[in-house]
This record gives sequence, structure tokens and C-alpha cells, in this order.
Amino acid sequence: MRIVFKTNYMQDLRPWKDGYQLGLYLILLAVAAAAPWWLDDFYLGELTNVLIWAIAGLGLMILTGHTGQASLGHAAFLAVGCYANVVMIEAGVPFLVAFPVAGLLTGIVGATVAIPALRLHGIYLAIFTLALSVLMDDIIVLAEPITGGVAGKYLGGVEIFGHLVDRWATPSQFFWLVLAVAIIVTLGYINLLRSSLGRSFIAVRDSEVSAQAMGVDIARTKTISFALSCAVTGLAGALMGLFAGAFNNETFSVVISIQLLMMIVIGGLGSIHGAFLGAIVIGFLPQFLSISKEYAAALLGGNAVAIPGLEFGIFGMILIAFILFEPMGLYGRWLKIRTWFELFPFYRKDMFKRQKSYLKTERLR
Amino acid sequence: MDNAQLLISGLANGCVYGLIALGFVLIYKATEAVNFAQGDFMMLGAFVTIGLTNTEYMGLPFWLALPISLGIMGALGYLVDRLIIRRLFGESQTAVVILTIALGFVIRFAAGLIWGHEPQTLQNPLAGKDIRFGGLVLGMEDVAVIVVTVLLTWGLYVFFSKTKLGLAMQGASQNQLAAYYMGIPVKRVQGFIWALAGVVAGIAGILFAAKGSVDPTTGLLGIKAFAAAVIGGFGSLPGALAGGLIVGVIEPFASRYIAAGYSQIAPYALLLAVLIFRPHGLFSQVRVKKV
Amino acid sequence: MSLLEYENVTLKFGGLTAVDNLSFDVQEGEVFAIVGPNGAGKSTVFNLISRFYDPYAGSIQFDGHDLLRVKASAVAAFGVARTFQNIELFEHATVLQNLLVGRHRHRRTNLISEILFTPSARRQEIENREKIEEIIDFLDLQAFRDKMISGLPYGVRKVVEVARALATEPKLLLLDEPASGLSVEETTDMRWWIDDIRRQMGITVLMVEHDMGLVSGVSDRVLAMADGAKLALGTPAEVQSHPAVIEAYLGKAS
Repeated sequence: MRIVFKTNYMQDLRPWKDGYQLGLYLILLAVAAAAPWWLDDFYLGELTNVLIWAIAGLGLMILTGHTGQASLGHAAFLAVGCYANVVMIEAGVPFLVAFPVAGLLTGIVGATVAIPALRLHGIYLAIFTLALSVLMDDIIVLAEPITGGVAGKYLGGVEIFGHLVDRWATPSQFFWLVLAVAIIVTLGYINLLRSSLGRSFIAVRDSEVSAQAMGVDIARTKTISFALSCAVTGLAGALMGLFAGAFNNETFSVVISIQLLMMIVIGGLGSIHGAFLGAIVIGFLPQFLSISKEYAAALLGGNAVAIPGLEFGIFGMILIAFILFEPMGLYGRWLKIRTWFELFPFYRKDMFKRQKSYLKTERLR
Repeated sequence: MDNAQLLISGLANGCVYGLIALGFVLIYKATEAVNFAQGDFMMLGAFVTIGLTNTEYMGLPFWLALPISLGIMGALGYLVDRLIIRRLFGESQTAVVILTIALGFVIRFAAGLIWGHEPQTLQNPLAGKDIRFGGLVLGMEDVAVIVVTVLLTWGLYVFFSKTKLGLAMQGASQNQLAAYYMGIPVKRVQGFIWALAGVVAGIAGILFAAKGSVDPTTGLLGIKAFAAAVIGGFGSLPGALAGGLIVGVIEPFASRYIAAGYSQIAPYALLLAVLIFRPHGLFSQVRVKKV
Repeated sequence: MSLLEYENVTLKFGGLTAVDNLSFDVQEGEVFAIVGPNGAGKSTVFNLISRFYDPYAGSIQFDGHDLLRVKASAVAAFGVARTFQNIELFEHATVLQNLLVGRHRHRRTNLISEILFTPSARRQEIENREKIEEIIDFLDLQAFRDKMISGLPYGVRKVVEVARALATEPKLLLLDEPASGLSVEETTDMRWWIDDIRRQMGITVLMVEHDMGLVSGVSDRVLAMADGAKLALGTPAEVQSHPAVIEAYLGKAS
């Protein structure tokens, strides 16, 4: 176990514990940035997809993981970001302007949605956002003049400083664009968590009553959380649109909303790592399944059969297993393993035990 | 006459929504959690009955298959609670929400694996029969749906508001610790409620499959049943049925009188409106929340 | 000068009168205790100050502000901090994070400067930490700085809650049963801390407490309540010997 002696406050304030940890993350970043040289185009595309999902996951993590407001409707905000970006680009706005503005617009939409949602708790909020996501599908169809309706829209590459960035023609450039966005969002998120606003999110999540007694304005904090969450999700939506190339009302269905929420649960609620780890699971599960199916077929000497719905079935089982056995997600599991090694042989089983509380009604209290 | 026909078919559909919503409300009343897989339970109930009755599967007589499949669904509800939900004792509502959504995925997958993805109908003695009432033609299935639903809701309502056991169950949800102290077997109550919700889902599934066809994605109907439950106030059994009927009736009328594209929005728009303006439902009394 | 003024406050829940036409005032610099049997409405007095309920009638003034005109989160901004009877800490956060939430009312940065973590945000964080370190030293919490609340024993949580309230740098500190559930040693510590909070930090303390030893040890004045109404008000000795108080605690002497 490495013990860090702290001699000034900056050691607590900076995002890394010590030089060793910083070094590890920098190496990880360098390896990731060099991906176009060590991955073929197919897997580079997959990795890009994972990063886009991670950005969307970071967006939802702000709201659900750190502010404690479960949303089953974030696909709606992916859609807003995606269409806002495309519509602006089609109107001749350069990508570097359209992209952040798309995020901003989605944030404003999110803050607007937050106003009625503020009064809703727990399952009511989940149902509210679920209905929102279902409605978005119909709204996109109805808003055909803007969105292209069922026929959808098509978007080739975009130009950045006269440089073509396109998923198919220049996959490496597109990957770097996504990586850059992911890094910027992550850094902003880290900063948020180490300052006042991020802490007030956590306060609202863990106890609204005492947050209020500490002077945190609950309504305002939730609204800001919604806005930030939706803005980041909007950015991810814009990238998703670019990645997909063609999209219509069904691209951002309610299933995507649910998948996004499940992803951050698997990754680990309440941690930045969780969004990335969850995205890796979501992104590579289909690949993993098809490879293992072929492998099983080769082993048994038969043909690989297509089983419809297999992905979701497996996904559901993984999720149930996580909620039952590792509610802190992959990141929580990793923390436990790390602590086990660091403290060997002094690790105790109940070190990460969480307090359980008896249910008290939220009705008639 | 035309409108009356619309009304009847709307009511019959609404009863199915109401039955799913009843499942939500039962579980919510007893555990303050929501079973997002209730719609998939219903789909499973339909398929289990189809598997027992239809000639291409086991071909049992309908009236024999009926109690068997309800028994299976009850056992399934109980097992879900016993094996999965009970382990979440003391976790947040959100954990249960996510877990039941995942459960829905698994049920959908399993149903597709066993019965395939083609839409199927339940072969039943009522099929094709109808009652003529003046100029009105009523399908026997529709009438059966309405009658069964009303009776079931009434029975559950009486059970919860009049019997000692039913009241004890309500108590269990409102303060688990206090319920323990009062000697109410909270866990057993919870298991019973889940079994009951399974049976109700089974009934809904049978009625639904008798009326129309089911496939593994039918369970997504559950989202509309949310609308029903929310409109009814989530804590009230008759409210759930009323909510279901409202949603069921609005649908055919909306598609008749509102421009295409807008009509299917109606139930969800109503759901959002209720959540925004009357978060505790249309039928519930206003309550003050204390800290 | 009176810091907090409760004037003819009445609160009803349905048919039940939780607080009945209650008036008292807390002078700046004193330790003021509220005692009474369970269900006397003591915690409700706190919850009214925290604006969790709206009183049916009456007024509550703090330091020249009408508390009934502001929203719940603004009460802390005037300089009122509190603890809770059934500890309400942020469970899935560290002790340090909990205390830093207490600094929220001194926030001068905004969304943008925090996301960019500009030098001003950094300065503010360091200031916050310096202030927090003083409180950690004061309450001997050094060993728990980076521990998650969910893993802490009850006694420590109780102290963390006091620390979090102090982190707001309040003028008035509301302690809701600070000694309940504490061991004899911990209660003694709490007693010295309350004394020091008043003497060293110059913070006025209003507390609800059952432990009469603690109450008579630290408080200047005591208000005895029963059924939401005032029974007696005076020095600890006066209140303890007041016939109405004895009757409320021991029943009518026949």
C-alpha cells in the first residue's frame, strides 16, 4: 500500500493522488490516442462508439449517479442534441459552432423539463422521463419539416478548419474528435466534483432535508443538474448522429434510454469511472457474444444460429447479477479488489458494507 | 351507434391496461416498489396459457389450462420476490426499478426463445361468438374482459379495505419497522403480494390473448398501463381500473377524431399532464408531506 | 439583544396541535435549552425555524429577518445551522465532503468558474479547507477525514454532524438531542464542546436535550414544554423545581 503524506491542501484538491497515479492515467490516455495505429478500422469504429456512449453515460451520471434523480428518458435528449447539431450544420453553421450550441440548446431543454419534474420523486420521475422518451419518437415524426420524420436525415462528414472529419472516410480523425470531447467533458466533470456545486449535487442525493438546512437550494440545484446532464447528453447525441450517419425517429428510442441507465448502473453509479466501464460493457457485449457464438458453433461442429433478442437477454441477466451481488458496479468491484491487494492480508469482508434502511412510506408521512 | 362501438372496444382495451395497472398498484401498496416487468408478466401469462391450450402445443382443455397457468404465474411471482426482490430489502426504489426492467428483458428473451416471435392467439371457447344488442355487436371476448376485470378489481378492493389481512398488508408498506413490531410478517406478506400480482398478470394475459394476438414485445404495453396507474393515483385499486378505462377509451376516440400522428400521443400526453398538475393522481385526496 | 424571537407560534397537523401559541426568545451569546417529554413539540420548534413547516399563526424573527418570508434554503444563509435528531448526514460521501457542503453558503464562485476550476475557485477551495481543518482540530476528527460516513460508528457521526453545522460559521447553532445515544464519556466531550462553541467561537446555541445533567451543566436558560405549549422558562435550577415541570414529568402528586 502506498501511503501519501499530505503536506498542503492542493494535494487533496488536485484530481490525482500522486505522481504514480497521474502517470498511469497519462499512459492510458497516450495508448488511447494512439489507437488508430494499433487498431483496424472496424475496432476503431467500435472504440469510437464506446467513447460516445461513455460521454452520454457521463451526462446521465451527473443526474442519476450524483444527484440521485433516475431518468429513463435520456434518449430524448440525445435526439435533441443530434437534430439540433444536424439542422444547424445543414443551415451552413460550421461544426465547431453548431456542436457546442447543440449541447447548450439541449441543456436549456433539460432545464425546462426539470421545472415540472422537480416535484416528482423516485418512481414518479422515472415514469415521467420514460413517457417523455416515448413521446419524443412521435414528436420527431410530427416535426417532419425539421427532422425529416420517418425518412430521417443523413449527414456525411463535417469540416473542421477545412479538414474533413468523417466516420467512414477519415475514421482516425473522427476518433480523435470524440476522444477530445470525452476528455474535455471528463475534466469538467472532475472539476465539478471538487467544487461547491458538485458537492451540493451529492448532498441533494443523500439527504434533501439536511442539504436544505445547509443552505442548498434544492430546486435550483436539481435544475442545474438537469441542465448540465442534458447538455452533455446532447453533445453525445450530436456525436452519435455523426457516427450513425443516417438516423430517424427510431434511432433514439426508449430502449436506448433504458440501456443508458443500465449502463451506468453496471459501471458503477456515482463515479466517473463507472460511465466508461459501463460503456465498455455495452459497446463490446455484442462483439463478444457473436465471437463466442461462432466459437461455440465451431466447437460443437454446427452452424452459428442467430438468436434474436439474445443481447438484451444476456444484458438483463448481467444487470440483475450486478444489482444483487455488486450494487456498486464494476468500479465498486475494482475498488474492492484493489483494497484487498493493498491491505493484504487484512481485508475484511464488511469493509464496503452499506447501511440498509427500513422502508418508510413516501406517501402519508 | 358508431361511438358506442368505439366505447365498448375502448373499455375492453382499458380493462387490460387496468389489470396491468392493478399489478403495479398491488406491489406498490405492499412494498412501495414498482414492478416495471408487470407488462412482461402479462405477456408471459398469455404465452403460458397458449402453450398449455393451443393445439400446436400441449392442447389441454381450456378450462383445465386456466387454473394451471394462473398457478404457474402465481408461483413465478412468488419466486421472483423470493429469489430476487427480497435480496434488495432496504435498497432504494430506483434499484428495484432498474432490476425489474432487466427482468423484463430476460422474460422477453425467454418467451421469444420458447414460443418464437410470431404473433399468436389463444384458442378459447369464446372466440368468434358475439352478442347482438340492438344494433350493437359485442364480441364475447370483450364482454368477458369487462366482466372479469370489474369483478377482480372489486374483490381486491374489498380484500384490502375490509379484511384484517388486507389492512395488515397496507400497514406493512407504510412503515416496515413498525409493521415488524406489530407482528406482521413483512416478508411473507411481500411474497404473497408478488404471487398475487403474478396471478393478476396471468388473468390480464389470458384476456389479452383471447382478444387479440400476443408476441414477446407485447409487454411494452406496460408503459400505457403506467399512464393508467398514475392517472388513478398509484395507491388505489379502483383508481387503477378507472385510469385504465380512461386510457383505453381515449385511444380509439383520439384515433377517430384527431389527426393521424397526434392520436397515439394522447395517452402519454395525458400521463405527463397528470404528473405535472396532479402528481398524486386524479382521484386521490391531497396530502401534506411531513418531514 | 435577542437573536431569535418566537412569537405566538401555533402549528397544527390536522386536528393535532403540535406547537401551541409558543413565545420565547434566545439572547445572543447564550446557551438555551428546550426540555420536555416525548411528543412535546421540541423538534417541531426546530423544524419551524428550518422552514420545513409553515406555522398556522405567529412569527419567527432571526437577527432582524422574518424567517417566515424566506424559503428553507435561505435560513442557513442568515447564519442558522442545525443538527438532526436521527442524524441526517450525506451517507455516500466522505467526512471531508460532508463538512465542505457546510461551506456552501459561503460560495462565491459560479458554475463556469467551477467547471473550469479557475484560480478563484481554487482559492475558495483552499479557504474552505483551512476553515474545515480548524473545525476538524476543534472536534478531534483528524482520524476520520477521508472516511465514508456509511462506515462510521454512531458516536462519530454525531460529532460529524456538529462539525458540519459549525462549518457554515453560524450565528445560531441548533442542536437536536446532541447527547442522545452517546456514552457517558462522549456526553462529557459534547458538554465541553458546547461550552467551547459558545465561549471560543461566540456562537449562540439553542438545543433540545433529554439529558438533564448536560442541560443544567451548559445552559443559561431552559424552556420546558409539554403538549406544544410553554410550561416554564428560566435558569436550569428554576425550571427543575417548577411545580408544573415536576408534574409533567412525574405525574400529578395526589
